[in-house]
Amino acid sequence: MNEIFEKLGLYFQHSFVLNALIVGVLIALCSSLLGVTLVLKRFSFIGDGLSHVAFGALAIASVLHFSNKMMLVLPITVLCAILLLRTGQNTKIKGDAAIAMISVGALAFGYLIMNLFPTSSNISGDVCSTLFGSTSILTLSSFEVALCIILSIVVVILFLLFYHKIFAVTFDETFANATGTNANRYNLLIAVIIAVIIVLAMNLVGSLLISALVIFPALSAMRILKSFRSVTIFSAVFSVFCAFLGILISILAETPVGSTIVAIDVVAFAVCALIGSFGTAAK
Amino acid sequence: MSLLTCQELFLGYDSNIIVKNLNFSVNSGDYLCIVGENGSGKSTLMKTLLGLQNPIRGTVSTGDGLKKNEIGYLPQQTIVQRDFPASVKEIVLSGCQGHCGLRPFYRKEEKAMAEENMKKMGILEFSNRCYRELSGGQQQRVLLARALCATRKLLLLDEPVSGLDPMVTASMYELIYGLNKEGITIIMISHDLMAAVKYATHILHIGDHVFYGTKEEYQKSEHGKMFLAQESGGQEKADSKRSKGGKHHHE
Ligand SMILES: Nc1ncnc2c1ncn2[C@@H]1O[C@H](COP(=O)(O)OP(=O)(O)OP(=O)(O)O)[C@@H](O)[C@H]1O
Ligand SMILES: [Mg+2]
Repeated sequence: MNEIFEKLGLYFQHSFVLNALIVGVLIALCSSLLGVTLVLKRFSFIGDGLSHVAFGALAIASVLHFSNKMMLVLPITVLCAILLLRTGQNTKIKGDAAIAMISVGALAFGYLIMNLFPTSSNISGDVCSTLFGSTSILTLSSFEVALCIILSIVVVILFLLFYHKIFAVTFDETFANATGTNANRYNLLIAVIIAVIIVLAMNLVGSLLISALVIFPALSAMRILKSFRSVTIFSAVFSVFCAFLGILISILAETPVGSTIVAIDVVAFAVCALIGSFGTAAK
Repeated sequence: MSLLTCQELFLGYDSNIIVKNLNFSVNSGDYLCIVGENGSGKSTLMKTLLGLQNPIRGTVSTGDGLKKNEIGYLPQQTIVQRDFPASVKEIVLSGCQGHCGLRPFYRKEEKAMAEENMKKMGILEFSNRCYRELSGGQQQRVLLARALCATRKLLLLDEPVSGLDPMVTASMYELIYGLNKEGITIIMISHDLMAAVKYATHILHIGDHVFYGTKEEYQKSEHGKMFLAQESGGQEKADSKRSKGGKHHHE
């Protein structure tokens, strides 16, 4: 046991480890907040589509040699989120198809661009790390860390300010529209926040695993708890705890950060599902 | 000026016309009952009045400075997804959302109002229960309490008593009548013609033949007479059937 703590102590003397931990925990917190809304509004597939868009944008940014890739990735993803929401509103089926088209297209073009204009000799390594996150969280520049912290704080504040409105719009959009709450405006806000969260989370778990970070905390909380507020609080705590544990384990065992966190999310979800089914059985 | 005016309104979906040429207006303090057969377009009309969908032709105009956030609404069906985690209290309180504007939190008065409406609907004891785990009638009462929270001037109800037991139905009618006496305008869709004639001031009958007028006019009109006779006849038949069935059960 002492050995582990010594090793951890050694690691924490490096600022990049501490940075990774702070950023990881903040990202986990943000992505869990809107999870319930995404799951219930069937927006989770939009999240998935957007993460592929972010991948494509990242490819373009690296080919163009952007020093701060986020400056390109963030606006493109936000724009796509708004576009997807717009098309999704007109007709359901078309919206689904549009998402599939955009996300697969972005994935294909991203990979193609990376291959046509290689920026390093190890293309498959680059692709792998954008898709699965690998160790990139330990190599964040101080600008990226600062941006992550600021954006996370903005997301948390927006969520707190609009919490009741997000609930009203998630629970019953028709009623909200009929009684003077402009549901479209808040849907737009939700879409923009999702886009920001996805770009943030790409640093932590890579674009393929982002959905896990958004969905698992919410689904786990919904197994056990029955009110919106308690589910939201529980998923935030759940997500932060899993991310913290995941990052520590990945440092000690030298496993990839993203997949370690997601693996812990899955295990914790199983535990919650068990508790939930015992709870209903007891009733 | 009247609260709501409909002029030459044509309703339908995808240019498939369901209701033709509706003309009527609702004044402040009215109690309008909308009756008609299944599928005659009552819910469609209500959604159009609320601006949730567009009419094919014609206009709905509001007057008396009626704002959207002064309207309460009880939909006929609310599709809530499986597993939606929402407590009764959270849902009832969300009825006050329209009054908040950009203010992020609910005021004390709004919380008190939600509590008051839960008491009126007899659901205070479930206030921390999960909505999904309530019975159909209990869920209906939760949504009614939410509609009451949103109401300031106008209350639109789409079959408010469906799924409620006779006791709650009767008190529901009294409650709505009381609100109307306090000056709130009511527009209600109902299949209960007897109650409609008892409480409403105006009747709108839609179907092949459209009727709009006060309930006295309705009772005198050929059309109204026919439907009212049918209704009371049907009621008796149903009652006698029920009592026969009951006997049968005891034997
Ligand atoms: N979303 C929709 N798309 C297409 N047609 C619809 C839609 N909703 C309703 N309709 C059609 O419009 C007609 C009127 O429906 P509406 O729900 O207004 O009837 P209603 O008078 O409220 O009936 P009920 O008494 O059963 O509630 C029906 O024939 C129905 O098939
Ligand atoms: Mg109807």
